[in-house]
Amino acid sequence: MQMVMSGLARRCGVTGLVIDRSAERLIKFHAVTAVLFLALGGTLALLIALTRWQVVHLLPAKQFYAFLSAHGMVMLIFWILFFEMAGLVFGSTVLLSARMVVPGLGWVAYAMMLGGAVIATGLMVTDRATVMFTSYPPLKAPPLYYASVLVFAVGAILGVVHFFINVVAARMRGDVGSLPLFTFALAGAGIIALWSLISGAVALLPAFLWSAGVIDSIDPGVYRLLYWGLGHGAQQVNLAAMVAVWYGLASLMTGGRPLNEGLSRFAIVLYIFFINMGAMHHLLVDPGLTTWLRNINTSYFMYLAVLGSLIHGFSIPASVELGMRTQGYRKGLFGWLRRAPWGEPGFAALAVSLFLFGVMGGISGVIIGGPQVNMIVHNTLLSPAHFHMTVVAGTTMAFMGLAYYLVPLIFQRQLVLRRWATYQPYIYGAGMVVWGLGTGLAGHWGVPRRHWDISFDRVSTLPTQIFQTTVVDVFMALLGIGAVIAVIGGAMFVTIIVSTVALGQRTATPNLGRVIADAFSSAPAVAGASGEEKEAPVPAHGAFEAPGALVLSLAFLTLFVLLYGFSWFELSTVPWRVR
Amino acid sequence: MAGRFSPLAKPQGTWWSPLGRDERLWVAIAAIWGLGRFLMIAFILPAIGNEQNEIQSYRIDPAEFHRLATEFTEAHQIGEMDGVPVVAPPPGSDIYLEGQQFAWRPVVQLKRGEQYRFLISSRDVQHGFSLVMSRHSLNFQVLPGFVTAIHLTPEQVGEFAVVCNEFCGAGHHVMTGRIIVTD
Repeated sequence: MQMVMSGLARRCGVTGLVIDRSAERLIKFHAVTAVLFLALGGTLALLIALTRWQVVHLLPAKQFYAFLSAHGMVMLIFWILFFEMAGLVFGSTVLLSARMVVPGLGWVAYAMMLGGAVIATGLMVTDRATVMFTSYPPLKAPPLYYASVLVFAVGAILGVVHFFINVVAARMRGDVGSLPLFTFALAGAGIIALWSLISGAVALLPAFLWSAGVIDSIDPGVYRLLYWGLGHGAQQVNLAAMVAVWYGLASLMTGGRPLNEGLSRFAIVLYIFFINMGAMHHLLVDPGLTTWLRNINTSYFMYLAVLGSLIHGFSIPASVELGMRTQGYRKGLFGWLRRAPWGEPGFAALAVSLFLFGVMGGISGVIIGGPQVNMIVHNTLLSPAHFHMTVVAGTTMAFMGLAYYLVPLIFQRQLVLRRWATYQPYIYGAGMVVWGLGTGLAGHWGVPRRHWDISFDRVSTLPTQIFQTTVVDVFMALLGIGAVIAVIGGAMFVTIIVSTVALGQRTATPNLGRVIADAFSSAPAVAGASGEEKEAPVPAHGAFEAPGALVLSLAFLTLFVLLYGFSWFELSTVPWRVR
Repeated sequence: MAGRFSPLAKPQGTWWSPLGRDERLWVAIAAIWGLGRFLMIAFILPAIGNEQNEIQSYRIDPAEFHRLATEFTEAHQIGEMDGVPVVAPPPGSDIYLEGQQFAWRPVVQLKRGEQYRFLISSRDVQHGFSLVMSRHSLNFQVLPGFVTAIHLTPEQVGEFAVVCNEFCGAGHHVMTGRIIVTD
């Protein structure tokens, strides 16, 4: 209150949250930077996809590899981490109506991240650090490249530390008791981010010294182990942050409340303890590990982290069902689903993201993450197909959905091109499905990833025509066409957000469409609104509260079991015995 | 009775409550499925499958591996293919396969149904050994300074392409090799 009076903060006219103006400024900078990197990464994506689609084969080899390197870094690290940093500041200040402490630290973190990201991107795009996202030694980049990534990583670590300082300070001031689930999930993401960024720094520091000539050599096996602590760890950050956004969108769009708060929080804790093992998935066909380490570690200690995802995968649709049923849509098993706000961009993004992440990204990840099946998958196009379905169709889609509400609220502007926004998630999702099917199937047929020309027409020694078949041509065409559609969807998002920020009508109360505005309020004016105890709605079917979500989840699990079984069958048909 | 709260709002009072019937059922099914996959990967498939991931490995100096691979090639060479030596080692023997920018050497001729131990390493940077038989591939990571050792038994006669599926530099896409399987 005091802060609002002094002008250091404002009270949001829509949500009633108290927004620290310095936090708001920091969120704006991170969000705009993130969207600019997304625009660059998307442009590169289009050029890369149109090169791999052999009919078009757009770029020359050197440029293809340079752009592919830059695309990986810009998208997987820069776009996503800048957006997540915006989310961390939002979750630790705005959502708690709390002040941002040590703003200087936030700005130092931002400046380091920006500086590192710009230099690294510049080096990669100009073919001076064409070592791919992974920069596996002894393939060498100039010292400046490793230095810039290190600066970025340290900046990101400071940003995460800043998040925790803000949360702890808010608790000490008594602004918050239990964290909102959204912020709790972000705290989980923050913990995973800390060890993953530290692991990356530990991998890249020797690489920097080696590149600068201070040390003679660097162990490629150890580098891979440490590097994937960052490489996969960062994706688990995305996962936890995406889950936070899923819960948030479910609440904002339908008034959904988690079926069981404790269970949802427990599932986040499962991520923190067990998901880091995913890092080892990248080493399944590496030398240097024993069979037992591979088998036990990659089965995630009984898949406890996957259990976490399965809990969220049920809990979120269930919370939507609960929200819709509470609103009165109680007809049949799926009446709530039919009447859900499909025309609302946030709900559309939630549905597309949840569905594609689970059905295409999640299942494929568990299947290819097994040490045996991994032998027929490693470094084929099936691997990027998997992680694009998680990080692009899943995380990026969810972040886009959230942005349609947070950008108007934070920038205090009316969302422009609202009609576009209602179609955008479906276009983006459809593009990713086409792309994912083409790319994944091509990978299953053995097509290598990170490869400029699978026709081998220009090869004079031992060329092979193995990929010059109609079926592979069709898959690569799907890859190209799907990418074009997805890039159109991505460009729509960038256009909507950039024009909103630049041209949107200024207003203290932007129209958010059909949302449940009291989803944000912890001190509701009326009894029964969120934040206050609510009577459980009368269960509609027998004793189940969310029978529809349960049926959907069981259908998903059936598909999971079938595809899992199919993958073992496929492995058994390989005409070689391996041991 | 504990309340239910918006994930975007600070929960007040008690939010901890026992699991309801929906959650108990789902968590039980999901946990059983997790346990099933764990048993499958760690115990069942290793006991019954014909395609096992039992990669062995040891460290080696790249120059030493190159010497061994050259000796191996000279000892078993039977001809040339596109200027690349073709070797036909006796069934059951060790096969030295060397990756380098931008080739897999030598071309190997095997007998169907016989087991060979492949010792694969790199002379320079990281490579991806990818034996392609579209619609499938067998893939192993190859690092300089390490030997990736696997036992392979061909079950089908034919010429199999080997490509590189780890980015290894500007000529990555011209890096090929060949394995020939005869009766």
